[in-house]
Amino acid sequence: MAAVDPGIVNLIIFVLAIFVGYYVVWSVTPALHTPLMSVTNAISSVIVVGALIATGAGGFGVHTLLGFLAVVLASVNIFGGFAVTQRMLAMFRRRG
Amino acid sequence: MSANLAALGYLVAAVCFILALRGLSHPASARAGNVYGMTGMALAVLITLMVLPHPSLLSGVLIAIGMAIGGGIGLVVARRIQMTAMPQLVAAFHSLVGLAAVLVAGAALSNPADFGILGPHGVKTASLLEMGLGTIVGAVTFTGSVIAWGKLQARFPKHIEERIPEPVLAVCRLFMRSQPILLPGRHVINIALGIVLLALLAVFLASGNGFVFLLLALLSFALGVLLIIPIGGADMPVVISMLNSYSGWAAAGIGFTLNNPMLIITGALVGSSGAILSYIMCRAMNRSFVSVILGGFGESAVAAAEEGEKTVKAGSAEDAAFIMENAQKVIIVPGYGMAVAQAQHAVRELYDKLTEKGVEVKFAIHPVAGRMPGHMNVLLAEANIPYDVVFEMEEINNEFQTADVAYVIGANDITNPAAKEDPKSPIYGMPVLDVEKAKAVFFVKRSMAPGYAGIDNPLFYRPHTMMLFGDAKKVTEEIVRALDP
Repeated sequence: MAAVDPGIVNLIIFVLAIFVGYYVVWSVTPALHTPLMSVTNAISSVIVVGALIATGAGGFGVHTLLGFLAVVLASVNIFGGFAVTQRMLAMFRRRG
Repeated sequence: MSANLAALGYLVAAVCFILALRGLSHPASARAGNVYGMTGMALAVLITLMVLPHPSLLSGVLIAIGMAIGGGIGLVVARRIQMTAMPQLVAAFHSLVGLAAVLVAGAALSNPADFGILGPHGVKTASLLEMGLGTIVGAVTFTGSVIAWGKLQARFPKHIEERIPEPVLAVCRLFMRSQPILLPGRHVINIALGIVLLALLAVFLASGNGFVFLLLALLSFALGVLLIIPIGGADMPVVISMLNSYSGWAAAGIGFTLNNPMLIITGALVGSSGAILSYIMCRAMNRSFVSVILGGFGESAVAAAEEGEKTVKAGSAEDAAFIMENAQKVIIVPGYGMAVAQAQHAVRELYDKLTEKGVEVKFAIHPVAGRMPGHMNVLLAEANIPYDVVFEMEEINNEFQTADVAYVIGANDITNPAAKEDPKSPIYGMPVLDVEKAKAVFFVKRSMAPGYAGIDNPLFYRPHTMMLFGDAKKVTEEIVRALDP
Protein backbone atom coordinates (compact mmCIF):
# COMPACT_ATOMS: atom_id res chain seq x y z
CA MET A 1 0.00 0.00 0.00
CA ALA A 2 1.31 3.44 -0.90
CA ALA A 3 1.89 5.92 1.91
CA VAL A 4 -1.32 7.52 3.15
CA ASP A 5 -1.51 11.30 3.15
CA PRO A 6 -1.09 12.69 6.69
CA GLY A 7 -4.24 14.74 6.12
CA ILE A 8 -6.22 11.51 5.74
CA VAL A 9 -4.66 10.07 8.88
CA ASN A 10 -5.68 13.22 10.72
CA LEU A 11 -9.20 12.91 9.39
CA ILE A 12 -9.37 9.32 10.66
CA ILE A 13 -8.18 10.46 14.09
CA PHE A 14 -10.73 13.29 14.04
CA VAL A 15 -13.69 11.04 13.26
CA LEU A 16 -12.69 8.44 15.84
CA ALA A 17 -12.22 11.16 18.46
CA ILE A 18 -15.73 12.45 17.79
CA PHE A 19 -17.03 8.98 18.61
CA VAL A 20 -14.96 8.84 21.79
CA GLY A 21 -16.31 12.26 22.74
CA TYR A 22 -19.86 11.19 22.00
CA TYR A 23 -19.78 8.19 24.30
CA VAL A 24 -17.75 9.81 27.06
CA VAL A 25 -19.95 12.89 27.22
CA TRP A 26 -23.21 10.94 27.35
CA SER A 27 -21.86 9.25 30.47
CA VAL A 28 -21.41 12.60 32.23
CA THR A 29 -24.00 13.08 34.97
CA PRO A 30 -26.32 16.04 34.24
CA ALA A 31 -25.52 17.47 37.68
CA LEU A 32 -21.98 18.15 36.43
CA HIS A 33 -22.86 19.77 33.12
CA THR A 34 -21.56 23.17 34.21
CA PRO A 35 -18.14 21.79 35.25
CA LEU A 36 -18.17 19.80 31.99
CA MET A 37 -18.46 23.05 30.10
CA SER A 38 -15.75 24.81 32.03
CA VAL A 39 -13.36 21.87 31.75
CA THR A 40 -13.95 21.36 28.03
CA ASN A 41 -13.32 25.05 27.71
CA ALA A 42 -10.05 24.70 29.58
CA ILE A 43 -8.85 21.78 27.49
CA SER A 44 -9.81 23.42 24.21
CA SER A 45 -7.22 26.05 25.10
CA VAL A 46 -4.68 23.40 24.21
CA ILE A 47 -4.70 25.57 21.11
CA VAL A 48 -1.91 27.26 23.09
CA VAL A 49 0.32 24.74 21.29
CA GLY A 50 -0.14 26.74 18.09
CA ALA A 51 0.42 29.98 19.95
CA LEU A 52 3.69 28.68 21.41
CA ILE A 53 4.95 27.60 18.00
CA ALA A 54 4.09 31.03 16.57
CA THR A 55 5.89 32.86 19.36
CA GLY A 56 8.87 30.53 19.21
CA ALA A 57 9.18 30.55 15.42
CA GLY A 58 12.20 32.06 13.68
CA GLY A 59 12.53 35.81 13.26
CA PHE A 60 10.53 38.56 14.87
CA GLY A 61 7.45 39.62 12.96
CA VAL A 62 3.68 39.63 12.75
CA HIS A 63 3.57 35.96 13.73
CA THR A 64 5.48 36.69 16.97
CA LEU A 65 3.00 39.36 17.97
CA LEU A 66 -0.06 37.27 17.07
CA GLY A 67 1.47 34.28 18.82
CA PHE A 68 2.17 36.28 21.96
CA LEU A 69 -1.42 37.58 22.10
CA ALA A 70 -2.73 34.06 21.57
CA VAL A 71 -0.48 32.78 24.39
CA VAL A 72 -2.00 35.38 26.73
CA LEU A 73 -5.60 34.55 25.75
CA ALA A 74 -5.13 30.79 25.91
CA SER A 75 -3.37 31.08 29.28
CA VAL A 76 -6.32 32.97 30.77
CA ASN A 77 -8.45 30.03 29.73
CA ILE A 78 -6.09 27.30 30.84
CA PHE A 79 -5.48 28.62 34.33
CA GLY A 80 -8.91 30.18 34.77
CA GLY A 81 -10.76 27.20 33.33
CA PHE A 82 -9.10 24.51 35.42
CA ALA A 83 -9.14 26.64 38.58
CA VAL A 84 -12.82 27.47 38.36
CA THR A 85 -13.66 23.83 37.57
CA GLN A 86 -11.68 22.73 40.60
CA ARG A 87 -13.52 25.30 42.71
CA MET A 88 -16.89 24.05 41.54
CA LEU A 89 -16.09 20.37 41.94
CA ALA A 90 -14.81 20.95 45.47
CA MET A 91 -18.31 22.13 46.41
CA PHE A 92 -20.08 18.90 45.49
CA ARG A 93 -20.48 16.94 48.71
CA ARG A 94 -22.46 13.96 49.89
CA ARG A 95 -24.83 14.05 52.80
CA GLY A 96 -23.40 13.82 56.30
CA MET B 1 13.40 15.48 21.59
CA SER B 2 12.53 13.44 18.52
CA ALA B 3 9.28 14.01 16.66
CA ASN B 4 8.17 10.48 17.44
CA LEU B 5 8.73 10.89 21.14
CA ALA B 6 6.85 14.21 21.06
CA ALA B 7 3.95 12.57 19.23
CA LEU B 8 3.77 9.85 21.88
CA GLY B 9 3.81 12.48 24.60
CA TYR B 10 0.96 14.30 22.88
CA LEU B 11 -0.93 11.01 22.79
CA VAL B 12 -0.60 10.72 26.57
CA ALA B 13 -1.91 14.28 26.90
CA ALA B 14 -4.90 13.45 24.69
CA VAL B 15 -5.69 10.40 26.81
CA CYS B 16 -5.52 12.60 29.93
CA PHE B 17 -8.14 14.89 28.39
CA ILE B 18 -10.44 11.96 27.68
CA LEU B 19 -10.03 10.80 31.29
CA ALA B 20 -10.82 14.33 32.47
CA LEU B 21 -14.22 14.14 30.81
CA ARG B 22 -14.73 10.54 31.89
CA GLY B 23 -14.22 11.56 35.52
CA LEU B 24 -17.29 13.77 35.33
CA SER B 25 -19.56 10.74 35.24
CA HIS B 26 -19.78 10.99 39.03
CA PRO B 27 -19.07 13.80 41.50
CA ALA B 28 -16.77 11.48 43.46
CA SER B 29 -14.43 10.89 40.51
CA ALA B 30 -14.70 14.37 39.02
CA ARG B 31 -11.88 16.00 40.98
CA ALA B 32 -9.43 13.31 39.94
CA GLY B 33 -10.61 13.90 36.39
CA ASN B 34 -9.77 17.56 36.63
CA VAL B 35 -6.27 16.66 37.78
CA TYR B 36 -5.89 14.48 34.67
CA GLY B 37 -6.94 17.48 32.62
CA MET B 38 -4.33 19.71 34.21
CA THR B 39 -1.66 17.04 33.79
CA GLY B 40 -2.50 16.67 30.11
CA MET B 41 -2.30 20.40 29.59
CA ALA B 42 1.05 20.71 31.40
CA LEU B 43 2.41 17.85 29.32
CA ALA B 44 1.18 19.40 26.06
CA VAL B 45 2.80 22.74 26.87
CA LEU B 46 6.10 21.18 27.98
CA ILE B 47 6.43 18.98 24.90
CA THR B 48 5.67 21.91 22.61
CA LEU B 49 8.30 24.03 24.33
CA MET B 50 10.84 21.24 23.83
CA VAL B 51 10.19 20.94 20.10
CA LEU B 52 9.94 24.65 19.23
CA PRO B 53 11.28 25.23 15.71
CA HIS B 54 13.70 28.06 16.62
CA PRO B 55 13.99 28.40 20.36
CA SER B 56 15.55 31.71 21.34
CA LEU B 57 15.91 33.79 24.46
CA LEU B 58 13.48 36.37 23.13
CA SER B 59 10.72 33.84 22.38
CA GLY B 60 11.30 32.17 25.75
CA VAL B 61 10.88 35.47 27.55
CA LEU B 62 7.80 36.36 25.51
CA ILE B 63 6.18 33.01 26.25
CA ALA B 64 6.94 33.32 29.97
CA ILE B 65 5.50 36.84 30.11
CA GLY B 66 2.44 35.84 28.08
CA MET B 67 1.67 32.86 30.28
CA ALA B 68 2.25 34.87 33.45
CA ILE B 69 -0.12 37.65 32.35
CA GLY B 70 -2.81 35.30 31.08
CA GLY B 71 -2.44 32.82 33.90
CA GLY B 72 -2.56 35.58 36.51
CA ILE B 73 -5.74 37.04 35.08
CA GLY B 74 -7.29 33.58 34.79
CA LEU B 75 -6.51 32.60 38.37
CA VAL B 76 -7.80 35.86 39.84
CA VAL B 77 -11.02 35.67 37.85
CA ALA B 78 -11.53 32.00 38.74
CA ARG B 79 -11.13 32.77 42.42
CA ARG B 80 -13.35 35.87 42.53
CA ILE B 81 -16.20 34.95 40.22
CA GLN B 82 -19.56 34.42 41.88
CA MET B 83 -21.14 31.07 41.14
CA THR B 84 -24.28 32.79 39.90
CA ALA B 85 -22.12 34.43 37.22
CA MET B 86 -20.75 31.14 35.83
CA PRO B 87 -22.71 31.33 32.56
CA GLN B 88 -21.17 34.69 31.66
CA LEU B 89 -17.70 33.50 32.67
CA VAL B 90 -17.94 30.42 30.46
CA ALA B 91 -19.16 32.57 27.56
CA ALA B 92 -16.19 34.91 28.07
CA PHE B 93 -13.79 31.96 28.14
CA HIS B 94 -15.27 30.61 24.89
CA SER B 95 -14.65 33.94 23.22
CA LEU B 96 -10.96 33.73 24.13
CA VAL B 97 -10.54 30.29 22.56
CA GLY B 98 -12.21 31.57 19.39
CA LEU B 99 -9.98 34.62 19.15
CA ALA B 100 -6.87 32.58 19.92
CA ALA B 101 -7.75 30.25 17.02
CA VAL B 102 -7.98 33.24 14.66
CA LEU B 103 -4.65 34.61 15.90
CA VAL B 104 -2.88 31.27 15.53
CA ALA B 105 -4.20 30.87 11.99
CA GLY B 106 -2.98 34.38 11.17
CA ALA B 107 0.43 33.62 12.62
CA ALA B 108 0.65 30.38 10.63
CA LEU B 109 -0.14 32.28 7.46
CA SER B 110 2.56 34.88 8.12
CA ASN B 111 5.22 32.28 8.91
CA PRO B 112 4.23 29.09 7.02
CA ALA B 113 7.73 27.59 7.04
CA ASP B 114 7.92 27.16 10.81
CA PHE B 115 4.39 25.77 10.93
CA GLY B 116 5.41 23.12 8.39
CA ILE B 117 2.63 23.96 5.95
CA LEU B 118 4.79 25.04 3.05
CA GLY B 119 4.47 22.94 -0.12
CA PRO B 120 6.48 23.17 -3.31
CA HIS B 121 4.31 26.09 -4.54
CA GLY B 122 3.67 28.22 -1.47
CA VAL B 123 1.33 27.22 1.37
CA LYS B 124 -0.43 23.89 0.75
CA THR B 125 -4.05 24.22 -0.34
CA ALA B 126 -5.22 21.72 2.26
CA SER B 127 -3.59 23.83 4.96
CA LEU B 128 -5.24 26.97 3.59
CA LEU B 129 -8.61 25.22 3.77
CA GLU B 130 -8.03 24.10 7.37
CA MET B 131 -6.81 27.56 8.33
CA GLY B 132 -9.71 29.26 6.59
CA LEU B 133 -12.32 27.04 8.24
CA GLY B 134 -10.63 27.33 11.63
CA THR B 135 -10.66 31.09 11.27
CA ILE B 136 -14.32 31.32 10.30
CA VAL B 137 -15.43 29.09 13.18
CA GLY B 138 -13.03 30.79 15.60
CA ALA B 139 -14.15 34.28 14.64
CA VAL B 140 -17.85 33.39 14.90
CA THR B 141 -17.14 31.83 18.30
CA PHE B 142 -15.36 34.97 19.42
CA THR B 143 -17.97 37.62 18.61
CA GLY B 144 -20.88 35.27 19.24
CA SER B 145 -19.58 34.56 22.72
CA VAL B 146 -19.02 38.24 23.41
CA ILE B 147 -22.67 38.93 22.56
CA ALA B 148 -23.79 35.94 24.64
CA TRP B 149 -21.66 37.22 27.50
CA GLY B 150 -23.39 40.61 27.23
CA LYS B 151 -26.86 39.10 27.28
CA LEU B 152 -26.00 37.00 30.33
CA GLN B 153 -24.22 39.79 32.16
CA ALA B 154 -27.10 42.22 31.37
CA ARG B 155 -25.16 45.22 32.75
CA PHE B 156 -21.68 46.23 33.80
CA PRO B 157 -20.93 46.61 37.50
CA LYS B 158 -21.57 50.19 38.71
CA HIS B 159 -17.93 51.20 39.08
CA ILE B 160 -17.12 50.16 35.51
CA GLU B 161 -20.27 51.77 34.10
CA GLU B 162 -19.21 55.13 35.52
CA ARG B 163 -15.97 55.04 33.55
CA ILE B 164 -17.53 54.31 30.16
CA PRO B 165 -18.53 57.33 28.07
CA GLU B 166 -22.31 57.67 27.73
CA PRO B 167 -22.62 56.98 23.95
CA VAL B 168 -20.51 53.83 24.22
CA LEU B 169 -22.52 52.70 27.23
CA ALA B 170 -25.77 53.22 25.30
CA VAL B 171 -24.55 50.92 22.52
CA CYS B 172 -23.37 48.33 25.04
CA ARG B 173 -26.74 48.44 26.80
CA LEU B 174 -28.51 47.84 23.52
CA PHE B 175 -26.53 44.65 22.92
CA MET B 176 -26.72 43.52 26.53
CA ARG B 177 -30.51 43.38 26.70
CA SER B 178 -31.66 39.81 27.04
CA GLN B 179 -34.52 40.40 24.59
CA PRO B 180 -33.90 39.27 21.02
CA ILE B 181 -32.78 41.95 18.56
CA LEU B 182 -34.65 41.20 15.35
CA LEU B 183 -33.24 42.95 12.30
CA PRO B 184 -35.57 43.15 9.29
CA GLY B 185 -34.56 40.55 6.72
CA ARG B 186 -32.04 39.02 9.11
CA HIS B 187 -32.22 35.55 7.54
CA VAL B 188 -31.49 37.01 4.11
CA ILE B 189 -28.57 39.01 5.53
CA ASN B 190 -27.11 35.94 7.23
CA ILE B 191 -27.47 33.73 4.16
CA ALA B 192 -25.91 36.43 1.95
CA LEU B 193 -23.06 36.81 4.42
CA GLY B 194 -22.58 33.05 4.44
CA ILE B 195 -22.36 32.94 0.64
CA VAL B 196 -19.86 35.83 0.58
CA LEU B 197 -17.79 33.99 3.19
CA LEU B 198 -17.69 30.83 1.09
CA ALA B 199 -16.67 32.85 -1.98
CA LEU B 200 -13.94 34.56 0.02
CA LEU B 201 -12.78 31.17 1.29
CA ALA B 202 -12.45 30.01 -2.32
CA VAL B 203 -10.42 33.11 -3.20
CA PHE B 204 -8.27 32.48 -0.14
CA LEU B 205 -7.62 28.87 -1.18
CA ALA B 206 -6.55 30.01 -4.62
CA SER B 207 -4.37 32.91 -3.49
CA GLY B 208 -3.33 32.38 0.13
CA ASN B 209 -3.48 36.16 0.31
CA GLY B 210 -3.11 37.80 3.73
CA PHE B 211 -5.58 40.57 2.93
CA VAL B 212 -8.26 38.06 1.93
CA PHE B 213 -7.57 36.26 5.21
CA LEU B 214 -8.16 39.49 7.12
CA LEU B 215 -11.40 40.10 5.26
CA LEU B 216 -12.48 36.53 5.99
CA ALA B 217 -11.86 37.08 9.70
CA LEU B 218 -13.66 40.43 9.79
CA LEU B 219 -16.76 39.14 8.00
CA SER B 220 -16.85 36.11 10.29
CA PHE B 221 -16.73 38.46 13.28
CA ALA B 222 -19.79 40.22 11.85
CA LEU B 223 -21.56 36.91 11.28
CA GLY B 224 -20.96 35.90 14.91
CA VAL B 225 -22.72 39.05 16.12
CA LEU B 226 -25.64 38.66 13.71
CA LEU B 227 -26.15 35.01 14.62
CA ILE B 228 -26.50 35.59 18.37
CA ILE B 229 -28.36 38.93 18.68
CA PRO B 230 -31.78 37.51 17.67
CA ILE B 231 -31.64 34.86 20.41
CA GLY B 232 -33.37 35.65 23.70
CA GLY B 233 -31.86 35.36 27.16
CA ALA B 234 -33.62 32.18 28.21
CA ASP B 235 -32.36 30.32 25.13
CA MET B 236 -28.84 30.92 26.40
CA PRO B 237 -28.39 27.33 27.66
CA VAL B 238 -28.49 26.24 24.01
CA VAL B 239 -26.37 29.13 22.75
CA ILE B 240 -23.66 28.67 25.31
CA SER B 241 -23.47 24.92 24.60
CA MET B 242 -23.35 25.62 20.89
CA LEU B 243 -20.50 28.09 21.29
CA ASN B 244 -18.74 25.53 23.47
CA SER B 245 -19.02 23.16 20.55
CA TYR B 246 -17.77 25.77 18.04
CA SER B 247 -14.70 26.53 20.14
CA GLY B 248 -13.86 22.81 19.94
CA TRP B 249 -14.27 22.67 16.16
CA ALA B 250 -12.09 25.76 15.81
CA ALA B 251 -9.35 24.09 17.87
CA ALA B 252 -9.65 20.95 15.73
CA GLY B 253 -9.31 23.07 12.58
CA ILE B 254 -6.07 24.54 13.89
CA GLY B 255 -4.98 21.01 14.84
CA PHE B 256 -5.27 19.99 11.18
CA THR B 257 -3.18 23.01 10.16
CA LEU B 258 -0.49 22.17 12.69
CA ASN B 259 -0.73 18.49 11.78
CA ASN B 260 -1.10 17.84 15.51
CA PRO B 261 -3.35 14.83 16.34
CA MET B 262 -3.63 15.81 20.01
CA LEU B 263 -5.18 19.15 19.07
CA ILE B 264 -7.50 17.36 16.65
CA ILE B 265 -8.59 14.84 19.31
CA THR B 266 -9.14 17.55 21.91
CA GLY B 267 -11.07 19.72 19.47
CA ALA B 268 -13.28 16.78 18.52
CA LEU B 269 -13.95 15.95 22.20
CA VAL B 270 -14.96 19.51 23.00
CA GLY B 271 -16.92 19.85 19.77
CA SER B 272 -19.00 16.76 20.41
CA SER B 273 -19.44 17.65 24.07
CA GLY B 274 -20.95 21.03 23.19
CA ALA B 275 -23.10 19.47 20.48
CA ILE B 276 -24.52 16.89 22.90
CA LEU B 277 -25.27 19.56 25.50
CA SER B 278 -27.04 21.66 22.85
CA TYR B 279 -29.10 18.62 21.92
CA ILE B 280 -30.01 17.91 25.56
CA MET B 281 -31.04 21.54 26.10
CA CYS B 282 -33.17 21.61 22.94
CA ARG B 283 -34.87 18.36 23.90
CA ALA B 284 -35.64 19.79 27.35
CA MET B 285 -37.39 22.73 25.70
CA ASN B 286 -39.04 20.62 23.00
CA ARG B 287 -37.57 22.98 20.42
CA SER B 288 -35.58 22.13 17.35
CA PHE B 289 -32.00 23.33 17.24
CA VAL B 290 -32.81 25.26 14.06
CA SER B 291 -35.67 27.15 15.70
CA VAL B 292 -33.43 28.22 18.57
CA ILE B 293 -30.69 29.38 16.19
CA LEU B 294 -33.14 31.32 14.05
CA GLY B 295 -34.09 33.16 17.21
CA GLY B 296 -37.00 35.42 18.03
CA PHE B 297 -38.74 33.06 20.47
CA GLY B 298 -40.63 34.80 23.23
CA GLU B 299 -41.65 37.76 21.07
CA SER B 300 -44.60 36.28 19.21
CA ALA B 301 -46.32 34.46 22.01
CA VAL B 302 -46.84 37.46 24.28
CA ALA B 303 -50.43 38.36 25.10
CA ALA B 304 -51.61 34.91 24.13
CA ALA B 305 -53.20 34.53 27.54
CA GLU B 306 -56.71 35.87 27.81
CA GLU B 307 -57.39 38.05 30.81
CA GLY B 308 -60.20 36.33 32.65
CA GLU B 309 -61.57 36.72 36.13
CA LYS B 310 -58.94 34.43 37.54
CA THR B 311 -57.91 34.87 41.11
CA VAL B 312 -54.78 33.78 42.84
CA LYS B 313 -54.34 32.97 46.48
CA ALA B 314 -51.51 34.95 48.01
CA GLY B 315 -50.05 33.67 51.24
CA SER B 316 -47.57 34.80 53.84
CA ALA B 317 -44.25 33.29 54.83
CA GLU B 318 -45.85 32.20 58.12
CA ASP B 319 -48.56 30.26 56.29
CA ALA B 320 -45.93 28.57 54.15
CA ALA B 321 -43.77 27.76 57.18
CA PHE B 322 -46.72 26.24 59.03
CA ILE B 323 -47.66 23.94 56.16
CA MET B 324 -44.06 22.94 55.43
CA GLU B 325 -43.27 22.12 59.02
CA ASN B 326 -46.24 19.76 59.16
CA ALA B 327 -45.36 18.14 55.86
CA GLN B 328 -43.63 14.80 55.47
CA LYS B 329 -42.04 15.49 52.16
CA VAL B 330 -41.12 18.79 50.50
CA ILE B 331 -39.69 19.07 47.00
CA ILE B 332 -37.88 22.30 46.16
CA VAL B 333 -37.82 23.38 42.51
CA PRO B 334 -35.21 26.07 41.86
CA GLY B 335 -35.10 28.22 38.72
CA TYR B 336 -33.27 31.19 37.31
CA GLY B 337 -34.99 33.48 39.85
CA MET B 338 -33.06 31.74 42.64
CA ALA B 339 -29.79 32.63 40.90
CA VAL B 340 -30.84 36.23 40.29
CA ALA B 341 -31.81 36.71 43.93
CA GLN B 342 -28.71 34.82 45.18
CA ALA B 343 -31.15 32.82 47.26
CA GLN B 344 -29.23 29.53 47.33
CA HIS B 345 -27.86 30.06 50.85
CA ALA B 346 -31.30 30.93 52.19
CA VAL B 347 -32.56 27.75 50.52
CA ARG B 348 -29.87 25.81 52.32
CA GLU B 349 -31.10 27.18 55.65
CA LEU B 350 -34.61 26.15 54.73
CA TYR B 351 -33.31 22.68 53.88
CA ASP B 352 -31.48 22.47 57.22
CA LYS B 353 -34.47 23.64 59.27
CA LEU B 354 -36.92 21.29 57.61
CA THR B 355 -34.55 18.32 57.79
CA GLU B 356 -34.00 19.05 61.48
CA LYS B 357 -37.76 18.89 61.98
CA GLY B 358 -37.85 15.48 60.34
CA VAL B 359 -39.23 16.61 56.99
CA GLU B 360 -37.85 14.81 53.95
CA VAL B 361 -36.53 17.47 51.56
CA LYS B 362 -35.50 16.83 47.96
CA PHE B 363 -34.59 19.07 45.06
CA ALA B 364 -35.90 18.73 41.51
CA ILE B 365 -33.84 20.15 38.65
CA HIS B 366 -35.20 20.75 35.18
CA PRO B 367 -32.47 20.51 32.51
CA VAL B 368 -33.00 24.10 31.35
CA ALA B 369 -33.46 25.69 34.77
CA GLY B 370 -31.07 28.63 34.87
CA ARG B 371 -28.93 29.99 32.09
CA MET B 372 -26.59 27.09 31.40
CA PRO B 373 -26.66 23.30 31.71
CA GLY B 374 -26.19 22.24 35.33
CA HIS B 375 -26.36 25.82 36.62
CA MET B 376 -28.73 25.00 39.50
CA ASN B 377 -26.66 22.01 40.65
CA VAL B 378 -23.59 24.21 41.04
CA LEU B 379 -25.51 26.85 43.01
CA LEU B 380 -26.98 24.25 45.36
CA ALA B 381 -23.55 22.67 45.79
CA GLU B 382 -22.12 26.09 46.55
CA ALA B 383 -24.66 26.46 49.34
CA ASN B 384 -23.48 23.10 50.72
CA ILE B 385 -26.58 21.17 49.81
CA PRO B 386 -25.47 17.54 49.41
CA TYR B 387 -25.74 16.30 45.84
CA ASP B 388 -27.54 13.11 46.83
CA VAL B 389 -30.73 15.02 47.66
CA VAL B 390 -30.66 16.80 44.28
CA PHE B 391 -32.43 14.94 41.47
CA GLU B 392 -32.87 15.32 37.74
CA MET B 393 -36.34 15.63 36.26
CA GLU B 394 -36.70 12.00 35.15
CA GLU B 395 -35.53 10.70 38.51
CA ILE B 396 -37.97 12.68 40.63
CA ASN B 397 -40.98 13.50 38.48
CA ASN B 398 -43.16 10.68 39.79
CA GLU B 399 -42.40 11.63 43.38
CA PHE B 400 -44.43 14.84 43.24
CA GLN B 401 -47.63 12.84 43.78
CA THR B 402 -46.34 11.71 47.17
CA ALA B 403 -45.05 15.16 48.14
CA ASP B 404 -46.96 17.40 50.51
CA VAL B 405 -45.39 20.61 49.26
CA ALA B 406 -43.67 21.67 46.03
CA TYR B 407 -41.72 24.84 46.75
CA VAL B 408 -41.07 26.55 43.39
CA ILE B 409 -38.50 29.28 43.73
CA GLY B 410 -37.92 31.54 40.73
CA ALA B 411 -39.13 29.08 38.11
CA ASN B 412 -42.22 29.25 35.95
CA ASP B 413 -42.31 27.74 32.45
CA ILE B 414 -40.59 24.53 33.52
CA THR B 415 -43.54 23.80 35.85
CA ASN B 416 -46.33 24.88 33.51
CA PRO B 417 -48.94 22.12 33.13
CA ALA B 418 -50.10 23.82 29.90
CA ALA B 419 -47.13 22.09 28.28
CA LYS B 420 -48.96 18.81 28.90
CA GLU B 421 -52.60 19.85 28.67
CA ASP B 422 -53.00 22.67 26.17
CA PRO B 423 -52.07 21.83 22.56
CA LYS B 424 -52.41 25.52 21.68
CA SER B 425 -49.71 26.56 24.13
CA PRO B 426 -46.39 27.63 22.58
CA ILE B 427 -44.57 25.33 24.97
CA TYR B 428 -46.90 22.36 24.38
CA GLY B 429 -44.85 19.16 24.40
CA MET B 430 -42.02 20.54 26.48
CA PRO B 431 -41.20 18.13 29.31
CA VAL B 432 -42.09 19.82 32.61
CA LEU B 433 -41.88 19.02 36.30
CA ASP B 434 -45.18 17.62 37.60
CA VAL B 435 -45.36 20.04 40.53
CA GLU B 436 -49.16 20.26 40.28
CA LYS B 437 -49.38 16.70 41.62
CA ALA B 438 -48.09 17.77 45.03
CA LYS B 439 -50.75 18.36 47.70
CA ALA B 440 -49.77 22.03 47.92
CA VAL B 441 -47.74 24.16 45.52
CA PHE B 442 -45.97 27.33 46.65
CA PHE B 443 -44.69 29.75 44.04
CA VAL B 444 -42.14 32.35 45.07
CA LYS B 445 -42.42 35.14 42.50
CA ARG B 446 -41.79 38.84 42.41
CA SER B 447 -45.03 39.60 40.58
CA MET B 448 -47.64 37.98 38.37
CA ALA B 449 -45.57 38.75 35.26
CA PRO B 450 -45.47 35.72 32.98
CA GLY B 451 -42.31 33.70 32.41
CA TYR B 452 -39.86 34.00 29.58
CA ALA B 453 -42.10 32.39 27.00
CA GLY B 454 -44.77 34.99 27.78
CA ILE B 455 -47.18 32.26 28.72
CA ASP B 456 -49.56 32.33 31.62
CA ASN B 457 -49.21 29.46 34.07
CA PRO B 458 -52.66 27.98 34.87
CA LEU B 459 -51.15 26.47 37.98
CA PHE B 460 -51.17 29.91 39.65
CA TYR B 461 -54.96 29.86 39.77
CA ARG B 462 -55.52 26.36 41.09
CA PRO B 463 -56.99 26.00 44.57
CA HIS B 464 -54.03 24.12 46.03
CA THR B 465 -51.54 26.78 44.87
CA MET B 466 -50.32 29.56 47.12
CA MET B 467 -48.37 32.52 45.77
CA LEU B 468 -45.62 33.99 47.91
CA PHE B 469 -44.91 37.37 46.39
CA GLY B 470 -41.51 38.91 46.90
CA ASP B 471 -37.80 38.48 46.34
CA ALA B 472 -36.83 34.79 46.36
CA LYS B 473 -34.17 35.31 49.00
CA LYS B 474 -36.27 37.48 51.32
CA VAL B 475 -39.28 35.20 51.17
CA THR B 476 -37.18 32.11 51.87
CA GLU B 477 -35.44 33.84 54.78
CA GLU B 478 -38.82 34.85 56.22
CA ILE B 479 -39.99 31.25 56.04
CA VAL B 480 -36.81 30.13 57.81
CA ARG B 481 -37.43 32.68 60.58
CA ALA B 482 -41.05 31.59 60.89
CA LEU B 483 -39.87 27.98 61.25
CA ASP B 484 -37.84 28.89 64.33
CA PRO B 485 -39.47 27.60 67.49
